[in-house]
Amino acid sequence: MMDSSVKIINEWDIVAARQLGRNVAKELGFGTVDQARITTAISELARNIYLYAGQGEITIEKIESGTKKGMTIISRDAGPGIPDLRKVMEDGFSTSGGLGAGLPGVKRLMDEFSIESTPGEGTLIQSVKWLK
Amino acid sequence: MNMRIPILKLHDCLLVSIQWELDDQTALQFQEDLLHKIHETSARGVVIDFTSIDFIDSFIAKVLGDVISMSKLMGAKVVITGIQPAVAITLIELGIRLEEVMTALDLEKGLEKLQRELGD
Repeated sequence: MMDSSVKIINEWDIVAARQLGRNVAKELGFGTVDQARITTAISELARNIYLYAGQGEITIEKIESGTKKGMTIISRDAGPGIPDLRKVMEDGFSTSGGLGAGLPGVKRLMDEFSIESTPGEGTLIQSVKWLK
Repeated sequence: MNMRIPILKLHDCLLVSIQWELDDQTALQFQEDLLHKIHETSARGVVIDFTSIDFIDSFIAKVLGDVISMSKLMGAKVVITGIQPAVAITLIELGIRLEEVMTALDLEKGLEKLQRELGD
């Protein structure tokens, strides 16, 4: 499986991450709406890293399961972590004054979504979009 | 790397066509440039066209919503045009609503709407 990563350190890396994701989505044959969903989801995740963790990494993987093809977006950081995961998954919750529609939005844009976070250690978010 | 978005004057309106993917700095620079241009030209209306844009994330949406409110404070009305189907779908799924914003299908209809709003 091919995968590639973009380190998120500054604002330009957010652009690089979503361009990588869009290119992979195009290659896999996703339509324009799914391409927009994937690009937007990556942009939100990368911005979360930049705003809350300072730095981290977005990894894009092409995946296959049986006859299904898709892509995974993995967002990984060693930031402060999220103390209350349930709260962060509520619509309208944001600690940065309305910046970032947050994780519920990303979850809606993608087909699968999982999050693990340990305060003081960091956050790992994996989300999948399947080609229909 | 930082690019400025051109703002054109047409009678008492300003025309903006966003032609490439917006990074954070370009979006913030545009916010400032547009307000200065409104001040400089006494424009009463602004059309911002998004025909070439294939996604808008929450940051761009926030900057856009803010610049529309700021323009309103200065007395200029803003119409957004050319939002692509994929952009409309992802914005709503993301949970972003630009409900107070005037919109039109394309630049031509946007200018017509603005002229009606401005009453001439």
